[in-house]
Amino acid sequence: MSRAVARHDEEQVDYGETILSVEGLTKHFSQGSGLLSSIFPKPKVKAVDDVSFDIKKGETLGLVGESGCGKSTLARTVLRLLEPTDGAVYFKGENLAELSGEAVRNHRKDMQMIFQDPQSSLDPRMKVGPIVEEPMKAHGLYEGEREERARELLEKVGLDPHHYNRYPHQFSGGQRQRVNLARALAVNPDFIVCDEPTSALDASIQAQVLNTMRDLQREFGLTYLFISHDLSVIRHISDRVAVMYLGQLVELAETDELFENPQHPYTDALLQSIPVPDPRAEGRRGVLEGDVPSPIDPPSGCRFRTRCPKLIVPAEYDLTDAEWANVRRFVRAVDRRTFEASTGRAIRAEFFADAEPRGDAAAVVDESIEAILEDDWDRAAALLTESFAENSVCAEEKPAYHVEPEYGRGEHFAACHLHRTKRAD
Amino acid sequence: MSEPLLTVENLQTQFFTEEGVVRAVDGISFEVNEGEIVGLVGESGAGKSVATSSIMRLVENPGEVVGGTVRYRDEVLVGFEEGPDGERRRSPEMLSEAEMRTRIRGREIAIIFQDPMESLNPVFKVGDQLREFIEINREVSKAEAREIAVDMLREVGIPEPEERYDDYPHQFSGGMRQRVLIAMALACEPNLIIADEPTTALDVTVEGQILDLVRDLQAKYGTSFIWVTHDMGVVAEICDRVNVMYLGEIVEQAEVDDLFYDTKHPYTEALLRSIPRPDQTVEELNPIEGVMPEAINPPPGCRFHTRCPDAREVCRRAHPAYQDVTGDEPPHRVSCVKYEDVGYEDSDPLETAATGAFGGGLVEARGESDE
Repeated sequence: MSRAVARHDEEQVDYGETILSVEGLTKHFSQGSGLLSSIFPKPKVKAVDDVSFDIKKGETLGLVGESGCGKSTLARTVLRLLEPTDGAVYFKGENLAELSGEAVRNHRKDMQMIFQDPQSSLDPRMKVGPIVEEPMKAHGLYEGEREERARELLEKVGLDPHHYNRYPHQFSGGQRQRVNLARALAVNPDFIVCDEPTSALDASIQAQVLNTMRDLQREFGLTYLFISHDLSVIRHISDRVAVMYLGQLVELAETDELFENPQHPYTDALLQSIPVPDPRAEGRRGVLEGDVPSPIDPPSGCRFRTRCPKLIVPAEYDLTDAEWANVRRFVRAVDRRTFEASTGRAIRAEFFADAEPRGDAAAVVDESIEAILEDDWDRAAALLTESFAENSVCAEEKPAYHVEPEYGRGEHFAACHLHRTKRAD
Repeated sequence: MSEPLLTVENLQTQFFTEEGVVRAVDGISFEVNEGEIVGLVGESGAGKSVATSSIMRLVENPGEVVGGTVRYRDEVLVGFEEGPDGERRRSPEMLSEAEMRTRIRGREIAIIFQDPMESLNPVFKVGDQLREFIEINREVSKAEAREIAVDMLREVGIPEPEERYDDYPHQFSGGMRQRVLIAMALACEPNLIIADEPTTALDVTVEGQILDLVRDLQAKYGTSFIWVTHDMGVVAEICDRVNVMYLGEIVEQAEVDDLFYDTKHPYTEALLRSIPRPDQTVEELNPIEGVMPEAINPPPGCRFHTRCPDAREVCRRAHPAYQDVTGDEPPHRVSCVKYEDVGYEDSDPLETAATGAFGGGLVEARGESDE
């Protein structure tokens, strides 16, 4: 009976070898279509911009980020469900981005996907048995033994094989996600992209499904790209973790290293924002301010710099840490107009009580306070942004550094200019 | 200790459907003191949201509050008495619908829902919606209300409040919309805010911002909260006391620290063991086996016994009493026969999905099988 699920691989990749390699992958969306927008093209949405990473056979790479950061677009572009704008995806050595439609379809049996909503990814009018058989039919595999294999797979994912003739609505959310798992396994894939597979499930059910996914990975030697916004789930399931912000990877490291020794301020902020299920855990420090900028016109250099609590002081100003911290707080407050203009003295007292900048920086601050008192907030904001934010190395260069890991021996990539001095020595 | 702000006693809400009566909330009791954040935690289908709408008397057909008492200070929001023929009828003290609308909702008790887009009207400006709400409830002039509205927007951290006043809801991000709803809830300075999963739809950094905001505002205004959530992390972060719900009942009630460190009910314990942790590596998760049964046909005895790792024969027969088990103040209440004198110790272990007592070592991860 187990013959039906036995592996049959021609192009075997060994454990620990790279099975998927993504190089400079980019996906831009054009907005609108039709005559008008072809005459007046709208700016493109830069959903995924120059992303590179490798996945090794048998491992789980976690991909974490907030909504709108491009996680799902990245996953779909990797599988070529979306046409990449630029870059390459090597799967077992072959560049998927260049293959023709037919060749890509042939590869699809090695790469499957599981979606977030277990309800809408199952046809309500099909019984679960035929649902699981569908991919086998599509690829012309397992002729004559499909039903036996479907029943066997249902059992493997923790369902009763006798439920072969049931409809999706007769199952709970967790069970439906198991049906999705069985369907993904039907063509004996090597690589599965899991896009928030447990986000719609309750805590206790989530744990059941996560455990099953892990067992299946061990049994079938599967490789997962596991996408989630939930850092707890990512920590549990992943071997390595990539953190994404506004279309780019900001950090990639082994799981323990990333959680215990985060080297990017964004990762750090994410980790500190998660509510820990422990009332005795120490309180959170410094939650991120502001919203994610638009991917249509992302910030230059480091995309996180507009919200970064560790923005690097521009080289031309000689400021102490406290002075620079006050300047940044002032810039942010002016930008967001979070205070009311009263007198120059009051503003100074509010923002620069403990440390007031000197020299060139002081001149800029003075001029902007004057502008605020004249009620010209836009001029003040523009002046401050131009003089401080846009002058930082963070705005001028795109960061990419490799850091020495403290936990484990895997590579640790961090896209933050704070590591630029470390590169020099 | 002062009188509780809100007292809920034996509240029952049922839905009369074609398939039968769903006892969505089945006799829950808890109280909220002044300046306290009380958590109501449970999985989907536990009855959390029905409980909060019952308190506000917002349950819609085919649902109906059929029993129990809800008292807010001296006002009776929900009350029943026995009629001459032994039938249950509304008590005369119970506020009328009009009184609920003009005296209670918004002014004394405000509610914040999970989806901010559904609570805001998409065709009106955000600021005007807030202003109108203030104008009606606080009896101030239009100009004054506008000023208060702008101040409230600034207070909850909306950047450039004067400019954003004229924006429509779709021009706000999810986090900002939720801030607007918090502003709206706070605008009439209510004594109690019911927050129904207000951060569930938000990203973790935004959730962090909102939790911080709520904590600051709570310190400033001393508002009490009922915080409905399924996330134990949020509970640990923000609540003073917690009620754990399972299938229409409260199974455990304790101070937040006791709930995590001196857990009494097997369900709470199983729930805590099943969640992955952001702050430590958990090698193996211990899921709760099975799924929550339908509220239309709850299991006899203890409702959790079908999934309980500690289930014994007696759990199937005896409905556990909800009682204080520590004798301390504030009480730690649990509803589990382990803490009663009904013969749990001498009872035979029950064979369930979770106990795996007679599994013979072949424990397959097949807990969700519904047969």
